[in-house]
Amino acid sequence: MAVASAENAVRTGRFTRTFIYLFLLLFALFYLMPLLVMILNSLKPLAEIRGGNMLALPKQWTIEPWLSAWSTAQVGVEPTGLKPFFWNSIKMVVPAVVLSTVMGALNGYVLTKWRFRGDTILFGLMLFACFIPFQIVLIPMARVLGLLGLAGSTPGLVLVHLVYGVGFTTLYFRNYYAAFPTELVRAAQIDGAGFFRIFWRILLPSSGPIVVVSVIWQFTNIWNDFLFGASFADLDSMPMTVALNNLVSSSTGVKEYNVHFAGAILAALPTLLVYIVAGRYFVRGLMAGSVKG
Amino acid sequence: MGFLDINNVTKSYGSVEVLHQVDISVEEGEFLVLVGPSGCGKSTLLNMIAGLEGISSGEIAIKDQVMNGVHPSKRNIAMVFQSYALYPNMTVGQNITFGLEMHGVPKPERQKAMNDVAKLLQIEPLLARKPGQLSGGQRQRVAMGRALVRNPDVFLFDEPLSNLDAKLRVDMRTEIKKLHQKLGTTIVYVTHDQIEAMTLSTRIAVMNGGYVQQLGTPKEIYDTPANLFVASFMGSPSMNLISVGVKAEGDTIYAETDNSEGETIRLAFAQPSAALKAHDGRQITLGIRPEAITDPEGADRNSRHIETIRNMVEVTEPAGSDTFVASTLGGKECIARMRADADVGPNRIADFAINMEKAVPFDPATEARIV
Ligand SMILES: Nc1ncnc2c1ncn2[C@@H]1O[C@H](COP(=O)(O)OP(=O)(O)OP(=O)(O)O)[C@@H](O)[C@H]1O
Ligand SMILES: [Mg+2]
Repeated sequence: MAVASAENAVRTGRFTRTFIYLFLLLFALFYLMPLLVMILNSLKPLAEIRGGNMLALPKQWTIEPWLSAWSTAQVGVEPTGLKPFFWNSIKMVVPAVVLSTVMGALNGYVLTKWRFRGDTILFGLMLFACFIPFQIVLIPMARVLGLLGLAGSTPGLVLVHLVYGVGFTTLYFRNYYAAFPTELVRAAQIDGAGFFRIFWRILLPSSGPIVVVSVIWQFTNIWNDFLFGASFADLDSMPMTVALNNLVSSSTGVKEYNVHFAGAILAALPTLLVYIVAGRYFVRGLMAGSVKG
Repeated sequence: MGFLDINNVTKSYGSVEVLHQVDISVEEGEFLVLVGPSGCGKSTLLNMIAGLEGISSGEIAIKDQVMNGVHPSKRNIAMVFQSYALYPNMTVGQNITFGLEMHGVPKPERQKAMNDVAKLLQIEPLLARKPGQLSGGQRQRVAMGRALVRNPDVFLFDEPLSNLDAKLRVDMRTEIKKLHQKLGTTIVYVTHDQIEAMTLSTRIAVMNGGYVQQLGTPKEIYDTPANLFVASFMGSPSMNLISVGVKAEGDTIYAETDNSEGETIRLAFAQPSAALKAHDGRQITLGIRPEAITDPEGADRNSRHIETIRNMVEVTEPAGSDTFVASTLGGKECIARMRADADVGPNRIADFAINMEKAVPFDPATEARIV
């Protein structure tokens, strides 16, 4: 979604151009095909899916599968639909994203502008968080959550995602703030601003792009996480992804494919929305600093 | 005790000492310029005065109050940075009043102070703009406005003009000087440009390698440099440094050297001192500014001691108001500054008038001036 302008594109002949467009169209179709199949089949009665072509348009359009997936479908043992789990996910994602972004920003600020002995070593250790596979920490984390009395709760999941995410957000903010002129911080110090005031009034207003990067990254990762949700959540805190799995794999009765499709789209919708709203900033933020403006 | 006292201050990073025993006392209303080559510790010293760097040993006092360990905002100083360091997200007006806001000054007073400063610096039309929408010179003004509005005891400038083009730099230089004359605030100003140092300062501290090489008025620094470093660093073109032999004959002491033809030249010293006499029979370095070597007609009429020599001209460089003439003296290139219409040309013998009152002898072993 980068803003590529026609001016700095290479000029090409008519034949090449046609070829390029054809190629792009083909790829677009290829990538959109699964989504199309999902949408089409989520709008059909189950009988049509069973009876015939997955790619055909619905003969009888219906939003019944969507309503069912949202509020009445059998998830595990209860016929609750995905709705309560959607809210569980929101209750987990929002605090986790906000906290990890704020902490990453503060870490980046301290690591670049308030340097202390051993700060690079500390940063190096934090970077480890980005490379440790999830599976390794499952058992220690379960133990920690148990000790804290947070096992099987939304705050527990928030803590897990915060701990895991803060390595990434610190990395983003540290690199962003490394290019931020230190003289500005010094000027603010002389002007009489303290630690938090400098952060709040001077650095943060200039951090838009990197905040967007951090939010998108954290949001998609935490929303899409299945492993931590499946391991550490109980029925009252189970996130959307785990619920979707339970919906699809519930063994009682017939498999309602149309409902499954609708549920899968519902589960993917929030991340899609975040990308559409903030995607252009994402690319810009990642590129910031790599090209001199 | 002066207004700003720097007493035996040193600065070390780990085991490396980058400033050694700096001792400077600045009077109220003075314009002190710290000048020296890159890496000599100018910014470090300035940041220590500002409180942005710790002091390893020694003491810095403003108005007789020891400032060691005092927070930058409590020293009543203001600083203008090389990059201007304007807050990019705030308007010019907000930039100027941010410091007052942080010090809890009520809004009406802030507004008034801002308007006064904006008027003084003629930036009133810019107050609503963001720094990104300003030219270099305008940013410079805003940065000065931000410093002025606090009405500080001491202004600190760290190479404030080095980001401007040549023309603007000269204009802003004049403006800073005017501002100082008008406000009379004490200023410490860092630059590596020796012309800026000469034109702006009431006193100059020439620094090199973490040492203050010489502290004095621009005239003292220029006319009687304390050592070879100061002699060659200050002035453009720099001072001619000629190797000469010392010969004492009665009350007169001569400097002996060769011209380009291999003939011996004798120049009598204007002030034959005992220290100079002690070098009798040895080689010393004689420093003569280009403007003290002229054509005979252009020689300083007030000088009581002019020596005239003949030498081969190698290159002439007309510079409009003057002509610089290069020749060889004592085996080294020697630049003379002649009138624009002096009758000289390359590869011709010409007369050179040397104003010996302005000649400065140096001991080549210690590099210090012989006094
Ligand atoms: N944080 C630091 N750690 C170690 N050495 C440092 C540090 N900061 C500065 N120095 C050293 O201190 C010396 C003085 O630096 P300073 O910035 O004061 O130089 P300067 O005279 O301002 O030079 P310039 O004209 O290039 O700005 C330099 O040799 C520099 O390498
Ligand atoms: Mg410097």
